[in-house]
Amino acid sequence: MTTPGSHLFKYAAPQKFYALAGRMWPWFAALSAALVAVGLWLAFFVAPIDAQQGQGYRIIFVHVPTSQMSMLIYLVMAGWAGVGLVFNTRLSGMMASALAPTGALFAFLSLVTGSLWGKPMWGAWWVWDARLTSELILLFLYLGFLALQSSIDDPRRADKACAVLALVGVVNVPVIYFSVTWWNTLHQGASVSLTRVPSMAAPMLWGMLTMVLAFWMYTVAAALARVRSIILERERHTEWVKHAVE
Amino acid sequence: MKAGQTRRVGTGAVLLAVLRRETALALRHKGEVLTPLVFFIVIASLFPLAVGPESNLLARMAPGVLWVSALLAAMLSLQRMFASDYADGSLEQMLLSPTPLALLVAAKALAHFVLSGLPLVLVAPVLGLQFGLGGQSLGILMLSLLLGTPTLSLIGGIGASLTLGVRGAGVLLSLLVLPLYIPVLIFGAGAVEADASGLGASGHLSVLAALLVLALFFAPLATTAALRISLE
Repeated sequence: MTTPGSHLFKYAAPQKFYALAGRMWPWFAALSAALVAVGLWLAFFVAPIDAQQGQGYRIIFVHVPTSQMSMLIYLVMAGWAGVGLVFNTRLSGMMASALAPTGALFAFLSLVTGSLWGKPMWGAWWVWDARLTSELILLFLYLGFLALQSSIDDPRRADKACAVLALVGVVNVPVIYFSVTWWNTLHQGASVSLTRVPSMAAPMLWGMLTMVLAFWMYTVAAALARVRSIILERERHTEWVKHAVE
Repeated sequence: MKAGQTRRVGTGAVLLAVLRRETALALRHKGEVLTPLVFFIVIASLFPLAVGPESNLLARMAPGVLWVSALLAAMLSLQRMFASDYADGSLEQMLLSPTPLALLVAAKALAHFVLSGLPLVLVAPVLGLQFGLGGQSLGILMLSLLLGTPTLSLIGGIGASLTLGVRGAGVLLSLLVLPLYIPVLIFGAGAVEADASGLGASGHLSVLAALLVLALFFAPLATTAALRISLE
């Protein structure tokens, strides 16, 4: 391509991106580790005990970032999928499949930490709350993506099929979310609501923001590290991989 | 492809032709139409055995149970939507034909609805009676199924085309499609429940119709894209 923006496409070549990702991911990993250290210090030692929830609330420092990232990663994944379908670039599919396991992991962690928080606060491990239910469905969508990916042998076809699935999913996510919300309000009446967020003390807010940032960095680092393995695996027959591995 | 020059076939004619072909094929394998229907009846009959014969409880559960059973039954026949055409090569001919693939796909989804959804709609009131639903609820149940099952066929087409010729397609298909069915399930079963509780079912039925329109527009496009990928 000779368009003005073509230098941007340089890194669309897996070989180039492999090197770039190799230079970048340790920085993101280090940044993530540092931010987690600061965030946890804020969370455990600086943030005060919550007036209503006691010590138990501290799990939100992990819970909020994981839920947020699980949703965001799906969007980013679908974005890569769309780019892959439009430009027919190999790297986009690889990025989407590198992000999917992290997204599924975060969706799962978000459910686990949520239920750990729910037991002392609501008195139940699981409540069919609209948010919990949609997070569960999001996890199902991730699992569907991963299952489809692993059951198609040809990686190019797998990428494209998964791209269609991710885009279908992303169109459906708002529909699912609103129908679950409506279903929830019809069935449960006034149940426990997560939406009224009490005004947070500043250290809590800072702790949370730091943790969110740390999880962002972790996601980038994990995706880049994973995409490197995917590139190596898919390009294993090429000459440059033989040199790269040596 | 030179779509303009070849003999133009009207939309209605295409729908009719595909529908006629699918019906003819289905009638030669009657089991394929009957099995999902019997499955629907069996699944719905298992619930009273599992939760007990208390009629109040059953009447309350009926919309949900019947809708979930219908969902599973519709899914059972999804895999065949494209599989036999894929195996005998007629799917490739469809891809090459001057008729837009999305139209053919929509016609196949319509055929799937007629052959697997419509029988469920007709049998549902009998099962509803067994669960102790009243006259009006039965009508709403039929109406909600009538509006909902075409959406299931359309969304299911996406899953069927994505899993075409893939290892373990059956289980995979359910994993892909069932989460996408959730809105239809919520509003389908909700319609009957809302009517029973005096809220009126019109809101739910309108949403079901809206979902059908949305699926009618988007699903054939996604299915077409998936088919092209599967047949590359």
